[in-house]
Amino acid sequence: MAVADLKLEQRARATESLSDWLGRRGAAFWITAGLLLVMPAIASPFWLVQIIAYAMILGLVALSLMFLAGYGGIVSLIQMTVAGFAGYLVAILGDSAIAQISLKWPWWTAAPVAILIATLFGTLSGALSVRTEGIYTIMITLAIASAFYYLTLQNYTIFNGFSGFNGIVPPVFLGIDWGQNLSFYYLTLACATLAYGAVVYVSRAPFGLALQGTRDNPRRMAALGFDVVAHRIGAYAFASLIAASAGVLLVWYQRQISPGTAGVGPVVDMLIIAVVGGLSRPIGPFIGALVYVLLRTFSLDVLEGLGLDGRRYQLLIGLGFLVIVLFSPDGLIGIWQRLRERYRRSADTRDAQMRSGGGSP
Amino acid sequence: MSDFVARRPIWSLVILVAVALLLWLVFSVWTPGMEAAFGRKRVFLSALFNGITLGALYFLVASGFTLIFGLMRNVNLAHGSLYLFGGYLGYSIGELTGSWLVALLVAFVVVGLVGVLMQVFLFRWMEGQDLRQTLVTIGLSIIFADLLLWSYGGDTFQVTTPDWLSGPVTLPLAVALRSNGEAVLMTYPLVRIAILVGAIVLGVLMWLALNRTRVGMLVRAGVDDRDMLSATGVRVQLVFVMVFAFGAGLAGLAGVVGGTFQSLQPGEDTRILLSSLVVVIVGGMGSIPGAAVGALIVGLAEQFGSVYMPTYAVMLTFVIMVVVLAIRPQGLAARR
Repeated sequence: MAVADLKLEQRARATESLSDWLGRRGAAFWITAGLLLVMPAIASPFWLVQIIAYAMILGLVALSLMFLAGYGGIVSLIQMTVAGFAGYLVAILGDSAIAQISLKWPWWTAAPVAILIATLFGTLSGALSVRTEGIYTIMITLAIASAFYYLTLQNYTIFNGFSGFNGIVPPVFLGIDWGQNLSFYYLTLACATLAYGAVVYVSRAPFGLALQGTRDNPRRMAALGFDVVAHRIGAYAFASLIAASAGVLLVWYQRQISPGTAGVGPVVDMLIIAVVGGLSRPIGPFIGALVYVLLRTFSLDVLEGLGLDGRRYQLLIGLGFLVIVLFSPDGLIGIWQRLRERYRRSADTRDAQMRSGGGSP
Repeated sequence: MSDFVARRPIWSLVILVAVALLLWLVFSVWTPGMEAAFGRKRVFLSALFNGITLGALYFLVASGFTLIFGLMRNVNLAHGSLYLFGGYLGYSIGELTGSWLVALLVAFVVVGLVGVLMQVFLFRWMEGQDLRQTLVTIGLSIIFADLLLWSYGGDTFQVTTPDWLSGPVTLPLAVALRSNGEAVLMTYPLVRIAILVGAIVLGVLMWLALNRTRVGMLVRAGVDDRDMLSATGVRVQLVFVMVFAFGAGLAGLAGVVGGTFQSLQPGEDTRILLSSLVVVIVGGMGSIPGAAVGALIVGLAEQFGSVYMPTYAVMLTFVIMVVVLAIRPQGLAARR
């Protein structure tokens, strides 16, 4: 009975309209949305692009990992590789300074084809790794990711080896140069919003609910007639689509791509970003990405300001990550939620005390 | 063994033919036609021996990794860092005392102690939470990597080979014939042969310890069913600490060994970690014979790859891994 009720409630939530959903958002949501929209007016170009837009791109890649890990229980390390592959394809199919390799397709064929092929690659790798379970997935995806890294490093005919590609420029269309700070910021913001909305929507759609079922109890879902493997591969496909789109943005942002973009370090960093932000909600990866970018950019100054060795920022990231994993498995989102709960509870007890007549005589 | 032959007659035949062919290639004197096809015999033989000795090193690292994984379901992604730590430590001790064996011993003991600390202070409190343990090991590997970079810098180090192990040794294998019919014999560094012998002895000892002693019985029981083992009154935490210490100690020991015939530098931790990942995926996770088979395959693939197709040498190991995953996802030597 309880199960049936739960299903009805979830179905109701799944079919609620956009306006209802927006209506239930708290103040924090609206403040963040407003701030992001007017950000160009208050932030310098450096903050706008190097910090916030970059964080949103990394957040997109981490979002695809969050979708897999949070809803599907699959911890995949190939998301950055999918993004890197898409970036490489944009450079190979489109235009770059390496004229002997780039095919010079116009951006409106290069970018979609890049996203399509990278998504296919992600889905195929996913299909290979879903044959094994749980913790094995981490090892296999890490191995696939490093295979891609070594391929890009050693192949000169397609991936141009160690130096990779440079001179990739964002396209100009609708009369706007999308490489400008302002337009690039809004392009990234639009993509991030779209992907965020898509993840929220899919998580409540029948596919997303079934995926969460396979995360909690795969055997029971199989007994109920759901194809667990197909759902997991589907999740990989959806996540790869997000990661591949982020990869296109990433290569337009960096204007160059090399094997280091999808090396073992960045691949693991994505997991760190997603975990530090929080794997339980789609906003987590963006928060994690912002913290990560801020740390990377300013830790040198901060550490030297404190009289420490500025080169030790990697140590700082490692320690911070360890502390988060040890004390808050839900990441920063978890800390925020706990603080809010505590505040609410203390407010409740205060109210209760006042109602009962105010304690001591 | 006979069981395997009975179950898979065709595969046994293929393996037998391959081994016979390999032995013939090793012991025969090559004709000019063969030299044209495979290159010079000296190159082939040194790729073969280098591959086997590299496999011995991978076995040392990966057996600790697979033991820890098999018993505790803990994917220790800091295993490469333990290797590098052991290597640096062995270098320092070797410079200080001038003794290679002392360096080996100290690296084993100290890195084993680090393993004990990791198990007692971190992993014990999150038993059964696979993902969280793995994340902790990622954090640890980042911290270790930076601490090692801090104290040893970015230079390349090499552990000094002791006098009694340095120099070449002549093997009774003819690589070519002189015009007067006299055979030119193969020479090979003694230290690599010593390492190979050491790894084989260690592997046999580990197999005996696992299959013939009481502690080994406890470990095997723990791999099969951890909860049932602790329900029978065994102090399972003690077994865990011992296995973690031994596995970590092996990584440290392998660091000294690797530092002797390869080199130590930042980034080596990731490389070794990836190799052991591929080794245990190919061989089957949690199985010591699997680690041996996987290490041999990966070592040979790397060396032959770098001789016969230098551009894609590293890719070859990953291709092998993908093929194994597609055909036999549980690994070559795994039971389940």
